[in-house]
Amino acid sequence: MSDPSSIGLAKTPVPPRLALWNITKRYPGVVANDKVSLSVAPGEIHAVLGENGAGKSTLMKIIYGATHADEGHLLWNGKEVHIANPAEARHLGIGMVFQHFQLFETLSVVENIALVLEGKFDLKALAIRVKEVSEKYGLPLDPYRMVHSLSVGERQRVEIVRCLLQNPQLLILDEPTSVLTPQAVRSLFGTLRQLASEGVSILYISHKLHEIQELCDRATVMRGGRVTGEANPKEETSASLARMMIGRELPVCVSPAFEGEAKPVLEVKGLSYANDDPFCSSLFDISLCLQSGEVLGIAGISGNGQAELLAALSGEQLSASECVLLEGQPVGHLDAGRRRDQGLAFVPEERLGRGAVPSMSLAENTVLTAHRQAGLSRYGLLNYGAAREFAKRCIERFDVRCPGVGAAARSLSGGNLQKFIVGREIMQAPRVMIVAQPTWGVDVGASAALRQTLIDISRSGVGVLVISEELEELFEICDRIAVLAGGRLSEAQPKAQTDAEQIGLLMAGSQQQAA
Amino acid sequence: MHLLEPRANSSQLMRWAGPPIAILLTLLAASALFAILDKPPLQAFYVFFIEPLETANGWSELALKASPLILIAQGLALGFRARVYNIGAEGQLLMGAVFASGVAIYTDGLNAWWILPMMILAGALGGALWGSLSAWLKTHFNADETLTTLMLTYVATYVLSYLVSGPWRDPGGTNFPQSIMFGESAMFEPLFDGLRLNSSIFITIVAVPLFWLFVSRSFRAYQLAVGGLAPAAARYAGFSARSGVWISLVISGLTAGLAGAMEAAGPVGQLTLSLSPGYGYAAIIVAWVGRLHPIGIVLSGLLLALIYLGGEAAQVSMQLPSAISWLFQGMLLFFLLGVDVFVDYRFRRRRDKRLMSSEEGANA
Repeated sequence: MSDPSSIGLAKTPVPPRLALWNITKRYPGVVANDKVSLSVAPGEIHAVLGENGAGKSTLMKIIYGATHADEGHLLWNGKEVHIANPAEARHLGIGMVFQHFQLFETLSVVENIALVLEGKFDLKALAIRVKEVSEKYGLPLDPYRMVHSLSVGERQRVEIVRCLLQNPQLLILDEPTSVLTPQAVRSLFGTLRQLASEGVSILYISHKLHEIQELCDRATVMRGGRVTGEANPKEETSASLARMMIGRELPVCVSPAFEGEAKPVLEVKGLSYANDDPFCSSLFDISLCLQSGEVLGIAGISGNGQAELLAALSGEQLSASECVLLEGQPVGHLDAGRRRDQGLAFVPEERLGRGAVPSMSLAENTVLTAHRQAGLSRYGLLNYGAAREFAKRCIERFDVRCPGVGAAARSLSGGNLQKFIVGREIMQAPRVMIVAQPTWGVDVGASAALRQTLIDISRSGVGVLVISEELEELFEICDRIAVLAGGRLSEAQPKAQTDAEQIGLLMAGSQQQAA
Repeated sequence: MHLLEPRANSSQLMRWAGPPIAILLTLLAASALFAILDKPPLQAFYVFFIEPLETANGWSELALKASPLILIAQGLALGFRARVYNIGAEGQLLMGAVFASGVAIYTDGLNAWWILPMMILAGALGGALWGSLSAWLKTHFNADETLTTLMLTYVATYVLSYLVSGPWRDPGGTNFPQSIMFGESAMFEPLFDGLRLNSSIFITIVAVPLFWLFVSRSFRAYQLAVGGLAPAAARYAGFSARSGVWISLVISGLTAGLAGAMEAAGPVGQLTLSLSPGYGYAAIIVAWVGRLHPIGIVLSGLLLALIYLGGEAAQVSMQLPSAISWLFQGMLLFFLLGVDVFVDYRFRRRRDKRLMSSEEGANA
């Protein structure tokens, strides 16, 4: 591999659409990409598989011109190119659909699309083209709808159609299914196959093994910034792909039956919340009952009232006292601190800046919620020795990988910080534990450990409420599952009596009602 | 373009090396300035920084000026950590002086031991009240405290001006806008014969360790710091943002008010328009240069006091304009803020030639 132009060329008469050769990108303290090579043929659906932090996003940013490689070569249709910025990438025929959408909510669909097109445009003519393209690829869209009124799946369609209008030869999709219902995932796959059959190459970034096996022709697997393997995912097993991705077998969780007496520990009755902000969600007549000894899951895509419901449960947003009951006591009017006094623990989805203070040490961060523990605070003074001791026990018991109790929260990886925060909350012996997106951005090994921890504490008699976008995760750990969509909560179903299909319909159904 | 790159971790070294580097840069810039003004820089530095400390009187004046600066900065730093930006300590100082002077004026002629303690309490109360006005505006109307504290400083100036030119004007004076001279029992006692340094310095000497204990050990200070560093984490933990605003503004108002009482009942000895040489503003610089740390503030307070003294000396012996002290203060803060960039950033170490050319191509 001494000559960059030799990659791929020897195998096929047509040069690869895109070839990367020994791409290296360093950030202070970390090598994000270490001599990464891969090539994508015309019309190929190529997966880039890897955990969070494996270097996938950095690699895609380099291809899209959003950042530059320190070393290595990039070949486009057989010619070496330097992509200075995203506009140049688009000019070459590279389109990218980001995980976090880049849309203006106060503009209509067609206005959003017109913004990225070069030169003059005629909104009316463009609207007709948008409609044509969207229908051709099974992505129905009304060009004149305002973006804020669209569901998440529809917003993704806008992003894809926006790319398609520029006739891309390569389409990059970054974790495109993380916000879609199972039904929407199927229709997206149909669209992608149709594009591939027309010769468009697709780079599909994901950490979900089954999706890649279903959709992709080839997969490049990354771990820790390096390529650890190339495979045809259809010929591999989940286990063999997982080995390439995380270096060992996928761990599995065990949920024993709960032996104790099930009592309601957290009840919500007729909770409504009208949000003044038209771009945020409201809550409509939410009721739920969480029992001791169970894990109750709330499925649904973020932005359907998840943040509002969590704030109302944790006490960051107050409500009428009778709307939220903690072990039978009305607490709706109590703030977050006073609800904690009564045995509520909460792990928010934003770990840095909400669950922990980024610049403070782990020892200092224990004080955030554990100050009510014996010995940490007396006569208004803090005992930092006791806080360090508490942090040390938490680090040992929950296997937090860090230099020590003096490490700043922001220096920890997402997974390790999450283990620390979950550990800090569990060590306060809560009666109710609420966890939002427990494994977002957490690597596979740590995710399994976290999920098992949640099951274990529920079996010790704690009521555990999990809000998550990942359906597989909910089916793995929950006893009952409800769906929050459009600010309405469905009735919780025992896991055995429902399936991903039914949950997916609930997620989509209520979205349409709300829209 | 990409001259700087972010550090993986903030540099503790740069955090503490920042103030000395900023002082050095200030001296360099000052040398250039002196050279332009045709004053030999070395002589200027001697007049500025050495000469004031060659006499006992110089040390007395240094302590007398540093004391209010340090006291006010301790209070301000508490709020700055919580991101409550009180920049109106000057107004709170004036109101403290007004309240304290009120006690002195209405008890004139009495000779009682409680007059001075009453003045101290009144000064603290006046400053705290003035600060709490901004707290109330912030918590009830979400009015930005940076604006309200500054604007209330102008109000305080006019209140002072009204009092000394109206009801509290010295009837025996010659229509000058100033109150009567305070009696002996309404004044801090000088500590040494012939020097102006007085017993008010003990207020600062007691306050520093108290602030140090509060900042380093108290749960309340922890809550304030969390509120400043990560407001969402403070809400998550159930720490009240309102009480953070109240505590910050009341305490910083209180220390400024105390300093006002110390000035009125100390070196000034009456209520006048020119009561404060801008201590309330200079204390903002003292707090930042001292890294918002109770001990760091003591050091930076001494430095700023020396700059005040040196400025006076330079006016007298080198015919430099009085603005020279302000210029020094401004340069010091300017360079400190500049140097602070390097706490979280560093110079880009290595540049790939090929990339450099492609970037330049893109910029062209």
